[in-house]
Order: sequence, then C-alpha cells, then structure tokens
Amino acid sequence: MFGLQKKDTTLLLVVAALALFAPFLLNPFPEGSAMAQFNAGYPDLMQRFVIFGIFAVGFNILFGLTGYLSFGHAAFLGVGSYSAVWMFKLLGYNVIPGIILSVIVAGLFSVVIGYVSLRRSGIYFSILTLAFAQMSYNMAYSVLGNPTSNFNLTNGETGLQVYTSDPQILASAGAPDLPHLFGLTMRSSYQLELGSWLFTFNAGYYLCAVLLLVSFYVAIRIFRSPFGLMLRAVKSNQQRMNYTGLNTRPYTLAAFVISGMYAGLAGGLLSTMDPLAGAERMQWTASGEVVLMTILGGAGTLIGPVLGAGFIKYFENIFSKINEGVLHAWFGFLPDGLENGVIWVVEHFVGPGWHLTLGLLFMLVVTFLPGGLVEGGQKIAALLSRRKSKDTDNRATQSTPAE
Amino acid sequence: MGILEVKNVNKRFGGLQALGDVNLSVAENTVHAIIGPNGAGKSTLLNCLVGKLIPDTGSVMFDGQSVLGRSPYEINQMGISRVFQTPEIFGDLTVMENMMIPCFAKRDGAFELNALNSVGNQKDIIERAEHMLEDMNMADKRHMHAASMSRGDKRRLEIGMCLSQEPRLLLLDEPTAGMARADTNNTIDLLKQIKQERDITIAIIEHDMHVVFSLAERITVLAQGTPLVEDTPDKIKGHPKVREAYLGESA
Amino acid sequence: MDAIILQILNGLDKGSAYALIALGLTLIFGTLGVVNFAHGALFMIGAFCAVSMQRLLNLSYITLDETQKDFLGNPLKVKTPYVESWFGPDMGAAIIDWSVPLAILLAIPVMIVVGIVMERGLIKHFYKRPHADQILVTFGLAIVLQEIIKHYYGANPIPTPAPDAFKGSFDFGVMLGFDPNAIIYPYWRMVYFAFAVVIIGAVFAFLQFTTFGMVVRAGMADRETVGLLGININRRFTLMFALAAAVAGMAGVMYTPINSPNYHMGMDFLVLSFVVVVVGGMGSLPGAVLAGFMLGILEAFASMNQIKSILPGIDQIIIYLVAIVILLTRPRGLMGRKGVMEE
Repeated sequence: MFGLQKKDTTLLLVVAALALFAPFLLNPFPEGSAMAQFNAGYPDLMQRFVIFGIFAVGFNILFGLTGYLSFGHAAFLGVGSYSAVWMFKLLGYNVIPGIILSVIVAGLFSVVIGYVSLRRSGIYFSILTLAFAQMSYNMAYSVLGNPTSNFNLTNGETGLQVYTSDPQILASAGAPDLPHLFGLTMRSSYQLELGSWLFTFNAGYYLCAVLLLVSFYVAIRIFRSPFGLMLRAVKSNQQRMNYTGLNTRPYTLAAFVISGMYAGLAGGLLSTMDPLAGAERMQWTASGEVVLMTILGGAGTLIGPVLGAGFIKYFENIFSKINEGVLHAWFGFLPDGLENGVIWVVEHFVGPGWHLTLGLLFMLVVTFLPGGLVEGGQKIAALLSRRKSKDTDNRATQSTPAE
Repeated sequence: MGILEVKNVNKRFGGLQALGDVNLSVAENTVHAIIGPNGAGKSTLLNCLVGKLIPDTGSVMFDGQSVLGRSPYEINQMGISRVFQTPEIFGDLTVMENMMIPCFAKRDGAFELNALNSVGNQKDIIERAEHMLEDMNMADKRHMHAASMSRGDKRRLEIGMCLSQEPRLLLLDEPTAGMARADTNNTIDLLKQIKQERDITIAIIEHDMHVVFSLAERITVLAQGTPLVEDTPDKIKGHPKVREAYLGESA
Repeated sequence: MDAIILQILNGLDKGSAYALIALGLTLIFGTLGVVNFAHGALFMIGAFCAVSMQRLLNLSYITLDETQKDFLGNPLKVKTPYVESWFGPDMGAAIIDWSVPLAILLAIPVMIVVGIVMERGLIKHFYKRPHADQILVTFGLAIVLQEIIKHYYGANPIPTPAPDAFKGSFDFGVMLGFDPNAIIYPYWRMVYFAFAVVIIGAVFAFLQFTTFGMVVRAGMADRETVGLLGININRRFTLMFALAAAVAGMAGVMYTPINSPNYHMGMDFLVLSFVVVVVGGMGSLPGAVLAGFMLGILEAFASMNQIKSILPGIDQIIIYLVAIVILLTRPRGLMGRKGVMEE
C-alpha cells in the first residue's frame, strides 16, 4: 500500500493508529485519581509529542543515515518558528502560509549552512554546525532583534509575536484572532466525558498529527529509496563511494537540507500552536535535545526517533511537575529518616533537576545502549523468542514419547 | 597509443623525490604489472592516476583525456575503477546492496536525487547486481553483512563491484597482500577468468612475484621513483638490472 | 593608534581564556584522540572553585556583643570569619581579600582529581568508540556538571572580586607616551594575561623539556607511535587529562573577577574555544594559542562603537564569520598539519 513494503505499511498504520487514538491512549487514568498526574492526553503535551517527533524523524535522515552529527539543527527549528510568526503578522492567522514558509526558509537556510559545514566531516562538521547555530542564536537574540532598529526581525529577548498594529493583509473580517485553519482555531477542542474519564480532541493536535504522518511516510520512502541507500553508503565508507564514481557532497547536502526542512516544519508548527517565537529555541541545548531523542529511540531506525521524542517529552513533563510535596506523598510509607534521605536524593532529578536527569540519560544511553530503545527492544524480543523456542523444543521432545 | 599514458610525471614530498620522470604506457586490453621494491613509488604513482594526488609536473592521459585535477569520482566515471590493498567495501551494508551501489553509479552518474522510488522497484539494477554476484560466485551470500565475510570474499566482492561498472581500466593495488596462499591462487584465477571473458585493461601493482608472473603481459619495474625497464615477463626475469635492483634481494 | 592598542589590550583577556581552553582541548585531542565537549565545564568548575574559596574563607562564627543593641534591643550579633580569629583581623581580612588567587591552591588538587576521575571513570571507555559517541557522552557529562553546579550555587552569577590591590585601572597610555586617559586598562586583566602567558609557557616548556612531554609530542605527531612507546601509556593518558583539566580550571579561577561566574559560562566558552581550535588547526598547540589570542582581539575590535555603528551586532558573530572564512580558504586551519583529523 502507498508504494510501501508490507512491513513498512504496517509500521505506518501503527503510527497512524497511535496518533489518531492518542487522546484515549495517553489518558488511561480517570480524572481526579492519584494516577491522573501521569496522564499525558492534554493538547499542549500531545502537540509537543508530534512536533518533536517530526523534528527527530528529520534529524534521523541526516544523522541516522549518513552518520553526520549535526549540533545545530535547533537553528532551523528557530528559523521555522520565526517565519511562521512573520506570516501571521503580515498575512494573517491562517496557518497554511506560515507552515509553508517555515519549511521553505529553513530549507534555504540549511542550504547555506550545509554547503559550508559539509566541506568537512567528522568532528569538524559537528563543531561547524554548532558554531553556526550559536551564531544564529546570537543574531536572533540581539543582532536582528533590536526593537528600536528598523531591521527588527526577531524582536530579541521578548520574542516575536503578533500585534494588533500588524498588517495581516489577508485576514478577513470575521476570522479568529488566533492561529486557525480556514476558521477552525488551533485551540478549539472537543471534550468527551466517559464515566470519570475525560478525553480531549484538539484541532491543533490533529493538524500536527496529520503532518507527522506525512513526514513519517516521506521518511519511509526516503529510507527505502536508492537515495537512502546512498546515504547509508556514505556512512559506511566514503572512500569507496568516491572510487565508485559517486560524489558524496550533493548526497550529504540533500540529506542535510531535507532534515533542515523537517526541523523548519516542526518550528513552524510550534508557532502555529502558540504564536510566539523566541531565540531560546535555537540554543545548543535544543540541538542537543533532538540528538538525544534520535539516539535514545534508535538512530537509523524508522520508528526510533518518534519513540525517543515521545519518551523525552513525556518524562520532561512528568519530571518537571514533581515537587517535594508529591515526593512526600510517594515515599510517605518509608520510616522518616529514610524518607527524607530518599527524597533528598530524588529531588536532584525532578522539578528543575530534569536537565540533570536528561544529561545522565544521555550518558547512559550512549554508553550502554548506543542502538537506542529499538535495539534494546529487539534484544529483549530476541531473548524472549529464544526462551520461547526452547520451551517449544522441550515440549516437542517431551510430547513425542507420550504419543 | 596506450589507453593510459603517463608522461614525465614528477612528485616531491618535501625533500623526497617520490616520482622522478615517470613514463608509462599501458596498452588496451593487456595486463600490465608495475613492480618494484618498497618505497619505489608504486603507491604514489597509483594515487596520481586516480586523482588522490596531483603530480607536480607531467601529464596523465586516459583514453586521450587528462585526468589531472579531477577528483576520484570523476576519474571513476571516466572508466577507471580501483581495487584497494585492504578491501574497501560498504561493511555496514549487505552484499547485495554493495553490488547495487556501483550499478546505480553506472546508470545514474555521480549524483541522482532518487529519493521517493523504492530500491525494490529498480528491476534493471537488481538484475544486474544479481548477475554480477553470480559471476563472482557469491549469489548465496547476497543477504550477508559485508563486514562479516572473510577477507578473500571481501576482495572478491570488491573486484565484482568494480567490474559491474564495466570499467575500461581496472587498477589493482597489491590485491593479494596479506592473503593466504589458497586465497591468493583463487584471486589469480578470478583475474585470469575476468581477463578471458571481458575486454578490459588491467594495471596491477604487486609485490608477490608469483602473482605478477602468473598474470602480467607487460611489466614495468620501478625503482626509486623511476621506471627501470619495461618488458615482457620472460625478458624481465632475465634482466640483469632488474635482478640487481629488485629480484636480487628477494630471490 | 592608541585606539588600536586599547582594543588589542581589551582582546587579551578573552583571548587568554580562549587560548587556555583551546590548549587543553588540543592536548586531550592530540594525545587521547578524544573530543571533549565537557572541557568548558572544567573551566566552569575552576571558576566555582574561586566561589567556594571565597565562601570557605568567609566562614564565620557568631558572637554576641552585649555593648551594642540591635533595633529589637537584643545584643548585636557579630560575625567573625574564622581566618580573622586565627590570623588576626588585618591578616585575616587580607587573606579573604585574596580569595581568588588563593583559590588556585584549591583548584589544582580539585581539578586533578576531577580530571583523573573523569578520564578513568568515563573517557577511557570511549577511546575506541566513534567520535560521535565521544562527543555525545561528553556533551551529556557537560550538562550533568552544569546542572549540579546550578543546583548548589544557583542560576545567578556570583561576584568574586579581585584583591583590592588589583581593583581599578591604570593609565597604560601614559606609559607608552600617549595622552592621559587614552588607554585605561584594568589591573586584573593585565594580571590575567600575564598569568595566561606563564601557564602557556609552562605547558610548552613541560612538553619541550621533559621525557613525558617528548612522549606526548611524539603521540601528537603520530598517534600510532604512542602505542609503541609501550609502558604506562595509560597512566600518561590519565595524567595528560588531569593536566589539561588543571589548566582549564586555573583559567576559570582567574577569570572570575573579569566576569562573575555562572553555571553556563562553560558552554559559552566551549563553543568559541572549539572554533578557536578549528581555526588554529586541529592538533596544533601553537595554532590553538595563536588563534585564541587572534580571535579574542578580533572580537574586541568588533565591539568598538565605530564598527558597531556601521555593522550592528558584528561583535556577536565576528568569530564565527572568521572561522567560516578560514575553513573555506584554509581547510586545515592556520597551523594544522596534513593528516591530522582528516578521516
């Protein structure tokens, strides 16, 4: 189906089902119950799952296939965000032009950065992309963001947003004063109450989810194409590529630009969900985060980056919410001294300590699970199936004499 | 006029004259061996032919066109394929995928953004790669991870990959270095068979005299960056200068 | 002319920091073959050694002064730092005043221990792993170190003043025969530059004149041969790492009076120091030092008002622009050698 092999079609359908039913799946606990804090089925978080999923899927096309480790992809995310807000300012709150422009501008931007950075490989490449991203961040934060200058592209520290004085030339009289898709605002939600469960279906989330599916589908096609094969060949042996009459540079540049456009799309969607674009989206920590999502899920695998993005965003959300009070409620059953000790330790990793957890996670994954969750899952599956096959072998040998 | 014409090539590295006035002509459809003791400049010469190094002076013409200043992939597209001393293959890919890549390079050129078609739909490429694997006696290994094969098989695959591009000139850099005797003999047989079945010119750099004298129709002896003599294997064997410069020390 | 000299001087302090960090990065990279994204964090830890020293020296006990009353009528609480009671008020106050330079005494052992633990505990397992893994794991470590510091010292910069003797500025221009007030230069920046020169000189002398240094240089010239030199190569690697950590740490300590330390200063400097290393030529120690000072000075020139009025914000991006131009025209950097890090 869709020009895909059976295995890939199944994968696409699974992701589609997950995305479609996410409001149910992510809200397994009834409202008001103690476990409700682990629910993730509210629009804001679900949007982040899919948006960062798109970001990571795109990043994986570069890093997973070619092995080129970019530390500057947040720059494209930021550029996409700014582009979308500019479209809102100039044309109006319909999201289509904003999303399209964010992809185009991020694409152009990545042509320039990629053209320069890809002249080197390995560490040089990583450092160059990091430098470019920091440069973009500095430009967005101060150089191009001076509110008093005539050339204020980013509005600096405050962040770029839409003001009533903006032209919005395409805005029709009755159009909502919020990002919308032909009148359907991104914030509009339908709530379904089933017993004590509450499920929220949000327009913005479903827009993002559809775009994630499109992105994911395109990524599968790229992975299975001759182009994808060439990218894997680049990762495997550039020398052999060159001596096989293949010019590696346009291949890597194309991968770089495609992944930059994915990042731009993700950035544009962030602005679509909340029309405020700030420079901090371009910081190196943001670039590091997408790297982590990709390797945590499994670089070079199709589903890995989506899993990684969901995993990180979910735990970021949960961990950030936990405070001392919650911890006391959890560990209250322990004797007092022990309780305080445990809480003192755990406290470092939750709330504002989430970044510490993130850093540790980074180190642990790289050290012990370089193939990410997908590889981990495969190992476990292999272990289980071996045990199972042993079981059936035993049963077979046992049953023979009985007959 | 040979298919490969090297004229007055010089190359210095700092104070070292790696190549001094090298002249070499490889005739079409022959097997031409370049031999010489260590440090004679064999590898430097080879690197000048494939675009890895640019000679200080002189010219290198392939089929009437200069190769100088072109990058390795352009020279390959002109029709020169190179086999490395240590097999250079795509270790992370399967044997079949390894074989398909040069087929794509042959069909689509140095770059083609073929990003939305499935590899599985490229019938001509698959057919060609499968055919080549059968020629190399490797059809049963098509799903193997290339890195997990034996060195002899890797060499066989690399040669097959080069041949699938239908090159006019095949350059081999010590193709049997570090191989066991049995693998060496297999490689010799393979190369003999290739020569019989195709119109191809082979230039081979080799240390192992057994390989050289089994295969070569012409031999150039290089010493201290300069060709000493060029002749048929029989004449080379008896040549006093060669014995003195090279064979004398190893025989 | 005086304006030019002023900008050169202004660039020296940042240039010194870049050079010292880049020197350590290059040492680690050249000998161990590891790209250390946590090197900026070492600089930051050094800076927080100065903060800790300051706090340590200010540790006080409280006595009640019955002769004085506070506004509630209770006896006034008087804080006396322990050092003042041990060494007398004058000497004690002087010691507290000198807390930043004294922090070097704390930083050296701390950094050596941190360096050894880091190398033995983590880095050594990554010698044979791909560079991407090294980058990622040290990047994770940088985040961890930074967050720990943030947790215990807070997110705000902590002022750590220079000793009174070096506070303020002097008129450097008069000494060179310019008009008064043409070149006003803070004392501490001069101190920092001199300190950097001494450290850099010491590192080069160490590499030049000791057997250990000879091994290191041989290793940087050709990584294969390091292995051949055989015995105790592991211990040498560890020491090398500790040395680089100590250099970064001392650079951090002495930098604190120029810019109050905060938890993210390490990463800010790291990115620029990597650019410095790349511009200087990966694996070249003189290149790292030269490029460090060069880019520091260039940044100072770009911050001149005359330049900023033509190209606003150029000071924020000049280093990156120069790096890009250099990499496009001289891919190996200013002093990079062929064959080093070319895959």
